[in-house]
Amino acid sequence: MSAAATGAVGTALTRIEARAKVTGEARYAYEHTPPDAAYAVIVQASIAKGAIRQFRAAHALAVPGVHHVIWAGNAPQLGEEAGGELAVLQSRRVAYRGQVVAIVVADSLPTARHAAGLVEIDYEAESHDVVLREDHPRLYKPEKVNPTYETDTSQGDVDAGLASAVVSVDATYRTPAEHNNPMEPHASVAIWDGDDVTVHDSNQGATTHQGSIARAFGLDTERVHVISEHVGGGFGSKGTPRPTVIAAVMAAKVAGRPVKLAATRQQMFDITGYRTPTIQRLRLGADGDGRLTAVSHEVYEQTSTLEEFAEQTATATRKMYATPNLHTAHRLVALDVPTPSWMRAPGECPGMYALESAMDELAVACGIDPVGLRILNEPSVDPETGKPFTSRSLVECLRVGAARFGWHERDPMPGIRRDGPWLWGTGVAASTYPARRRQSQAIARVEGDGHYRVMIAAADIGTGARTALTQVAADALGVASAGVTVEIGDSDLPPAMLAGGSMGLTSWGSAVVGACERLRELIADGIPEDGAQAHYDTESDVKNEEPLPAHSFGAQFMEVRVNADSGEVQVVRGLGVFAAGRIINPLTARSQFLGGMTMGIGMALHEESILDVPYGDYLNHDLAQYHIPACADIEHLEAEWIDERDDRINPLGAKGIGEIGIVGTAAAVGSAVHHATGVRIRALPIVPSRVLEALGGRT
Amino acid sequence: MRPFRYERPGDPDAAIALLASEPQARFLGGGTNLVDLMRLGVEAPPLLVDVSRLGGDAITEAPGGGLRIAAGVTNSRLAADTRVRERYPVLSEALLNGASGQLRNLATVGGNLLQRTRCPYFQDISKACNKRSPGSGCSARTGDHRNHAVLGHSEQCVATHPSDMAVALTALEATVETRADGGERALPIADFYRLPGEHPERDTVLEHGELITAVRLPPLPAAASSRYRKVRERRSFAFALVSVAAVLTVSDGVVDEVRLAFGGVAHAPWRARVTEDRLRGAPAEEAAFTAAVEAELARAEPLRDNAYKLPMLQRVATQTLLDLAGGS
Repeated sequence: MSAAATGAVGTALTRIEARAKVTGEARYAYEHTPPDAAYAVIVQASIAKGAIRQFRAAHALAVPGVHHVIWAGNAPQLGEEAGGELAVLQSRRVAYRGQVVAIVVADSLPTARHAAGLVEIDYEAESHDVVLREDHPRLYKPEKVNPTYETDTSQGDVDAGLASAVVSVDATYRTPAEHNNPMEPHASVAIWDGDDVTVHDSNQGATTHQGSIARAFGLDTERVHVISEHVGGGFGSKGTPRPTVIAAVMAAKVAGRPVKLAATRQQMFDITGYRTPTIQRLRLGADGDGRLTAVSHEVYEQTSTLEEFAEQTATATRKMYATPNLHTAHRLVALDVPTPSWMRAPGECPGMYALESAMDELAVACGIDPVGLRILNEPSVDPETGKPFTSRSLVECLRVGAARFGWHERDPMPGIRRDGPWLWGTGVAASTYPARRRQSQAIARVEGDGHYRVMIAAADIGTGARTALTQVAADALGVASAGVTVEIGDSDLPPAMLAGGSMGLTSWGSAVVGACERLRELIADGIPEDGAQAHYDTESDVKNEEPLPAHSFGAQFMEVRVNADSGEVQVVRGLGVFAAGRIINPLTARSQFLGGMTMGIGMALHEESILDVPYGDYLNHDLAQYHIPACADIEHLEAEWIDERDDRINPLGAKGIGEIGIVGTAAAVGSAVHHATGVRIRALPIVPSRVLEALGGRT
Repeated sequence: MRPFRYERPGDPDAAIALLASEPQARFLGGGTNLVDLMRLGVEAPPLLVDVSRLGGDAITEAPGGGLRIAAGVTNSRLAADTRVRERYPVLSEALLNGASGQLRNLATVGGNLLQRTRCPYFQDISKACNKRSPGSGCSARTGDHRNHAVLGHSEQCVATHPSDMAVALTALEATVETRADGGERALPIADFYRLPGEHPERDTVLEHGELITAVRLPPLPAAASSRYRKVRERRSFAFALVSVAAVLTVSDGVVDEVRLAFGGVAHAPWRARVTEDRLRGAPAEEAAFTAAVEAELARAEPLRDNAYKLPMLQRVATQTLLDLAGGS
């Protein structure tokens, strides 16, 4: 049956919960306060490696209103599946500075915080190793990189390709550790009722968290109820459970009453994940015309001693350009640091920064326009598999963007546009992100009066997913958006993929369309309308789909001014043109693209978690010290998209848009800085001290 | 956070008496720094004495010229004051380059003068810091000190003073008026702040129980030609890597009046007297400005990772003087 043309998809529907959010009616996890709730505060390790020798809680417990101090010596034993970061208080060993070593439970938050400072811990400290280096003796080759990509790939003979090159680039790029910092911290309110536990939790997927919590506590899945109706951002850090939710559920079990726990902003730099720092060596070779003869991308990055997290940094390089000789490799070292985790476009974001920066260097070395160089090396098929892409509109993005940005007027000569101390320049980079989906289920139901309800444990982390799903359901049901209520954010709803990997809407939307179409069939078959309901599970659709190379693409153009006296860099103009399949809601999609690009500008110019080597943790652990762009830092930023509908990948024809906006931005900014100044800065962020150092005595 | 008492006395003498009664008590202005430090456990005063509503929120013409700014005036109001903008633009610009609009609406002049360093080690009670905990050591010397001092630091402390306003006040030779149990005094701002030396825990010469009542700006016609230039990693909102407060007038191509102070480079706003002495009567041109700033920075002692501040300050100070020379 064909979807009725109500036209809900594609319209700029404003957020359904906007009013509830701006009036404060919408309640976030920590705003739930059950009667008799207690407050839990985390105590963190003050050494980077070693073990707890002596633990004294007496002073903390002596504070009136303090009821429990939980630590490895008295914590309930968790299930065997609570491994790595989630094995909260299961050992006296300390794997990194800031790790959870105790939980204080009290009647009020101020009391709990005060008492947390009175817990006395003696450590057996060991010397720590926290610095990532490309020559680290303990570098190793992981079995796979996230989630299941090949660690290394090799096609042709890269050495021969480089040897035969007329022009080549051999450059090493460095990106620092970066922290996600959603506005709402990781927060959980845990309420036990016998063997059942309900958790109001700030996360990117109620189903995922339900399963993980159940396994950690050795419970049947249905004993755990996770509610995440509204979530104030995640950027990947809430995709999989962090120690905070385990700590909350554990504390509530010990206390025998509901417990509220929220990470502080400072704690979010220790225990809620971050993007690994990377060191990336790029070697490109090209013939006299600029055609790539070889691409080699070698990545060095870190994980913790608790568990392996192998960021898939070079995987995008396998998809981008035509070359007979292509080599990619990942090496990891397990350091005494917190475990890195998912952060917006994990892999593609840092990897494309390096690849696209190197492409710009190659363009300069070849004397070819950087837009033209990319078009020249556009592959006809996926370079990795040899199969055609389901759709690939990179060249169109580059052409449309170049025209809109005024690229053709650009003089490629660097360092010649000057206004007082300010040097001006422009840069371009390509973006890509995989288009995928995962199994999800949904129920669609007739509510009476022609109203429909759609239920799925999807997550709206500020993206507008609830609104977009309403539009998808409305079109599938053949009614107006106002005729559909979409219920999400609750593990009691049909299980669903988490909001991550730009797979939320494509995964959920597939299930929603399936359920809605089934419901229409039921109605068409004459089932009484009122109360009719249909269920759909995309399991077999997803399992049986042919593995085709499916990616979003984009082109980013950035203009900067660089102050030659001070080294200050400002992005004055940015344009992103994307091809990401069908756009469900142009309003919220634009916000996703612009948000990603803004985060990319932050990556280029500001974001850096500074490693405090002597102590072993990240030093600048608040938003006064860890800078991200504020609205006032963004002048003119535009996002556009080209018409693309890819019906081979899912019934929506959409590809997912949460991540592609950040991919490539930093490379475009870095190349613009080179165009402005004539100096190449190969380490992020491009802060004034780095610019001055690169400029040397030049003014 | 530890439990504390909060008092809001009706007059300055009562506030001073209350504070004197408790050695660890603190005056509370807008609270934009102190409350943060309490949350972090850096400050744990058993008593807060709120002086933000003691009526001292007027900006008045001082006898003999100049302006008297009561300690409770907010940063926003001071920055917007027409007399300040016309007669002392460097001060207005410094204020508007500091913090965010929301913070400026709360922060007071007295509190701004007394804000503490943003050295990350000072703000983290799990790490050693001589300023916070005398004798515990300076973590910044061996750790991260990219944003730390290049002038006037000691073995004990390499922190910088965070205020933009105070840098402008230093260039303007403002006077800080205080009141205590023993009476009132007026401290030239150059004597108000101290370098860390052996006692980095002391930012100023104020005694416990001494209350800032006002800041006085002297009459300084030259200050109509003044500006504040701040270099920071984020344009919208960040502390200074380096900053320059400059007053400059030129007659017949020769420097007439010059006042110069640097921020972000020392434990206190740094008055560039060497530069000033060299420039008075010198030709108002780039070579002279460059040499004069260079002479000031000759005594700098950059740390392992913050030597970038010297060329940055050298160029920005020179450019600021050039801009002022071109405009006067």
